[in-house]
Amino acid sequence: MNKMHALLMKIREINTRYRTPRIEMSSAVRGALLVLRLYLIGLVLLMVYGFVLIVTRG
Amino acid sequence: MNFFARLYYWSRKAWKAVALYLVIAGPGLVVMVADNDAGGITTYAATGAKYGYHLIWFLLLLIPVAYYVQEMTVRLGAVTKRGHAEAIFDGFGAFWGWFSLLDLMIVDWLTLVTEFVGMTAALAIFGMPPWATVIAVIVLMTVIVLNGRYWTFEKLALLFCALNLVYIPGAFLVHPSMKAVLHDGLIPNFAGGFNGQMFFFLMANIGTTIAPWMLFFQQSAVVDKGMQEKDIPWGRFDTLLGSVITVVVAIFIVIVTGTVLPGINIDSAAQASQQLMGTDRWVGTFLAIGLFDAGLLGAICISLASSWAFGEIFGWAHSLNTKIREAPWFYATYLLMLCTAGAIVLIPKAPLVLITLFVQVVAVTLLPAALVFLILLLNDEATMGDRRNTLVQNLIGGGIVVSIIVLSTLYGITVLFPGYFQ
Repeated sequence: MNKMHALLMKIREINTRYRTPRIEMSSAVRGALLVLRLYLIGLVLLMVYGFVLIVTRG
Repeated sequence: MNFFARLYYWSRKAWKAVALYLVIAGPGLVVMVADNDAGGITTYAATGAKYGYHLIWFLLLLIPVAYYVQEMTVRLGAVTKRGHAEAIFDGFGAFWGWFSLLDLMIVDWLTLVTEFVGMTAALAIFGMPPWATVIAVIVLMTVIVLNGRYWTFEKLALLFCALNLVYIPGAFLVHPSMKAVLHDGLIPNFAGGFNGQMFFFLMANIGTTIAPWMLFFQQSAVVDKGMQEKDIPWGRFDTLLGSVITVVVAIFIVIVTGTVLPGINIDSAAQASQQLMGTDRWVGTFLAIGLFDAGLLGAICISLASSWAFGEIFGWAHSLNTKIREAPWFYATYLLMLCTAGAIVLIPKAPLVLITLFVQVVAVTLLPAALVFLILLLNDEATMGDRRNTLVQNLIGGGIVVSIIVLSTLYGITVLFPGYFQ
């Protein structure tokens, strides 16, 4: 329990340390990056779906 | 006399250059050859068997792609003295940092599973049961990393890299037609049509040549090795040499299976080895030994990439130059990755070969996000100064990102609409 607490504290400390990004990005760039990430995750999910199809069809 | 004096002078100069390179050599060569891992060998073997020599031209295109991507990590590491994970957290903040770290963890762990798939399959050909292979590999990899010095690890890794060249004599043993190799292989074509299966193989081949873990590994290795800005030219040469070797080895694997098993749908490199044993015992044995070596080298590098990334962010000691008591979490992460990935391989009836091919495709699909961050970091004038990307480097990097996104999208379309590109 103590170790878990220490880990959570460490994560909080990391979040505080890196709260402000050093490289300034406009909100348009940030939005584009988020859209790209979500799009790629969507593609990966599609591939997982394809994988499941192949496995279940034998 | 003058001639001999000049010859002596030039030979001394050349020897000094080689000696200097041998000191700097390592991260680029190791990461590129390690990329020809068990999944890579399987992908190349399957590509050769399915398309013969017809995709060799595509593999050649991957030399500059791999070089330009990995060269950026050399500059970033040498200039900032920071690993890739730390550079992302620092440059883009905690949100994107955790996102990237999570990506890396998932893809690394999946890739590690494929290394164990390859290693167990390779040694199964020689009669070794999978559980024994898993235990032996974990013990061997622990010993390699625990010896306490980056230099020793790197030289051992370079030895494994040399073993990767076993495919070259293997290709000569099957007596391929050079005319057919040059004719079919060097003229760009899409044999079998521009369809979902072709997209899958193209993506899998890209995924075996550049992968997210390589960015993290090479940058961290550059930092751990202590490379300075003045070493960047040698780091570039190291990376270029590695890119050429990795693709040359890939081409020789394609030639082996393209010559002996043309038109056959093989599921794995191990299956290819077994079939090749029937044709030529030595070639089959070479393929199996190379598969094990590739899996081992890949597994070491991938586990290290993850441990380095975690160490950088959590502030744990994270160098191979530290002892286990000085960096317990670094080594614990390394071992945890190894043991859990090894355990997956022992699950009965798991579709291991299919997992191997899909992991390559998933890795390449997630790559553009990592590449975009890399390019943005390389354009940060405040940290990179004169070493920041030029316009040409940005155009090449951007072109690679767009090409991968287009190819992933085309493959995604074929998953949803299987008949669309028939």
